[in-house]
Amino acid sequence: MFALRQIRHAYDGQEVLRLDDWSVAQGEPWLILGPSGSGKTTLLHILAGILTPSEGSVAIAGQDLDQLPASELDRFRGRHIGIVFQRLHLISSLTVLGNLLLAQYLAGATQDLQGAHVLLASLGLADKAYSRPHALSFGQSQRAAVARAVVNKPLLILADEPTSNLDDATAVAALDVLLAQARSCNATLVIATHDRRIRERFEHQITLGAVS
Amino acid sequence: MNLLRLSLAYIRARALNAALNVLLLGLGVATIVVLLLFTHQFEQRLERDSKGIDLVVGAKGSPLQLILSSVYHVDIPTGNIPLADAEKLKTNPLIKATVPLALGDSYEGFRIVGTNHDYVSLYDGKTTEGRLWEKSYEAVLGSEVAAHARLKVGDKFVGSHGIVEAGEKHANSPYTIVGLLAPSGSVLDRLVLTSVESVWEIHGQGPHEKDGAEEDNRGDPSKPRHPQPQELTALLIQYASPMAAAMLPRQINSQSALQAASPAFESARLLNLVGVGVQTVQAFALILILCAGLSVFIALYNALRERSYDLAVMRSLGASRGKLLATILIEGLILASGGVVLGLALGHVLTEVLGGWLRASQRVYVTGWTVVPGELALVLTALAIGLLSALLPAVLAYRTDIAGVLARR
Repeated sequence: MFALRQIRHAYDGQEVLRLDDWSVAQGEPWLILGPSGSGKTTLLHILAGILTPSEGSVAIAGQDLDQLPASELDRFRGRHIGIVFQRLHLISSLTVLGNLLLAQYLAGATQDLQGAHVLLASLGLADKAYSRPHALSFGQSQRAAVARAVVNKPLLILADEPTSNLDDATAVAALDVLLAQARSCNATLVIATHDRRIRERFEHQITLGAVS
Repeated sequence: MNLLRLSLAYIRARALNAALNVLLLGLGVATIVVLLLFTHQFEQRLERDSKGIDLVVGAKGSPLQLILSSVYHVDIPTGNIPLADAEKLKTNPLIKATVPLALGDSYEGFRIVGTNHDYVSLYDGKTTEGRLWEKSYEAVLGSEVAAHARLKVGDKFVGSHGIVEAGEKHANSPYTIVGLLAPSGSVLDRLVLTSVESVWEIHGQGPHEKDGAEEDNRGDPSKPRHPQPQELTALLIQYASPMAAAMLPRQINSQSALQAASPAFESARLLNLVGVGVQTVQAFALILILCAGLSVFIALYNALRERSYDLAVMRSLGASRGKLLATILIEGLILASGGVVLGLALGHVLTEVLGGWLRASQRVYVTGWTVVPGELALVLTALAIGLLSALLPAVLAYRTDIAGVLARR
């Protein structure tokens, strides 16, 4: 599904990420493990096309990201990649439904009000469609963020620390939601985490070491 | 969802701040709208009232006063001129036409003007009822006078001595109304017209004449001396050729008893005097508008910091840099449009209210229900300021480093 080759990334001349070769098949759930500061978020940003690595190549769904002009990369990201941020970053001026419609609008997809409602209902947020994000509990916010990430039926779903700081039961629930949503659109799910509790749920794992 | 709704959602999220910006801009725009409406209608009125009058000849004094009193009928006359001098001017080949004016009396604050029928045709006046005056003591009322006094054809009324405040009444010599004039949008609407002879005769028989009261009025500027028989207050002149403009005023002013003044020149001078005040208020209003622009800028600029995550998220959702630029610009434009709409509405309503008061005092006719040319430029300027104040925040949004913002802890 995607292939990374000879990735190096440095901030201000200091190398923060080194990854020689990593290929993933469509639909496979993966875990990126590693301690804080090992470059997990950087790797996610590179996969999302938000960050261009200092060296190396990224190909997603057969598309070499280097080859895309800036605005087409934005469009490609919107269409094919869904991101659940660690701090969720729902847009607080919009309702939950507005956040979903915004994701469809910005990706250039047709805005499907009915589909958005169905998706929210499947995540137990049917009655929260017209609520503002600050009126939601953390669990509800997280599911809303997942809904926003999958509303365009992406090929790749990226999640940054979705279970950290959650108690065991909530962490399991959050993970279940992500896995179920990824399965329902046959997307490749990549989770970056330092949370050891969820390791046994994943067959495929990659561990980043601290780069010195 | 689209950019417009997104921008509106952000404005709603900071509704109070937005309302303040809109109000600030609206007040500035309203002030300028009021000024534009007033000055434009004032200028139009000056132009309309002096149309067809190239030169005014009257007694020596202030040329502005001569024009104000005999063209616009707002000031007191400078004095009187001998009829013989006026008759002599009529034969001058540089002059195409003359209209005599004899002033001095009023009816309920409206001036009684002794003149001939040419004065009515000067303003394209038409009678709606009755006819123009033919004999002495026949009078024709302008539309505002008729509406105010509720008089009709056949009624009689008594004029008062003096043109500013009503003086003694000429009770012995009532006028008979023989006609009413249609509204002309000119000074004619506020005048009572009669023949020059009526003014002379009233003076000849007036009560003050018998006891010599006329002489006592000399020192009182609000009660100018009546034109004696064989005297006129002023003579309105139309040139026969452009050459007259160069020669006639000098010719007349060289005569000891007469003064010639050009309405075009004097009203330009008047507008110049008024213009200083107008410009001061205009500058003040412009400062208001610029402050509004600055306030929009500060609001958007401050909002950028709390919005940096939103902007980064929008990029990650597929928004191009251009779209981020556009949302901020649209936000500035929406605020500016709100201010412009508020300002236009407020300006027009305010002008109508102020104009209503002025109309009641029968001085100037100003309405808020009209659009003047300067408003388009004002609208464009205000919108440009709104757009400009959003430009820097928009460019900063355009340049958001998404990975940097999202990696921030």
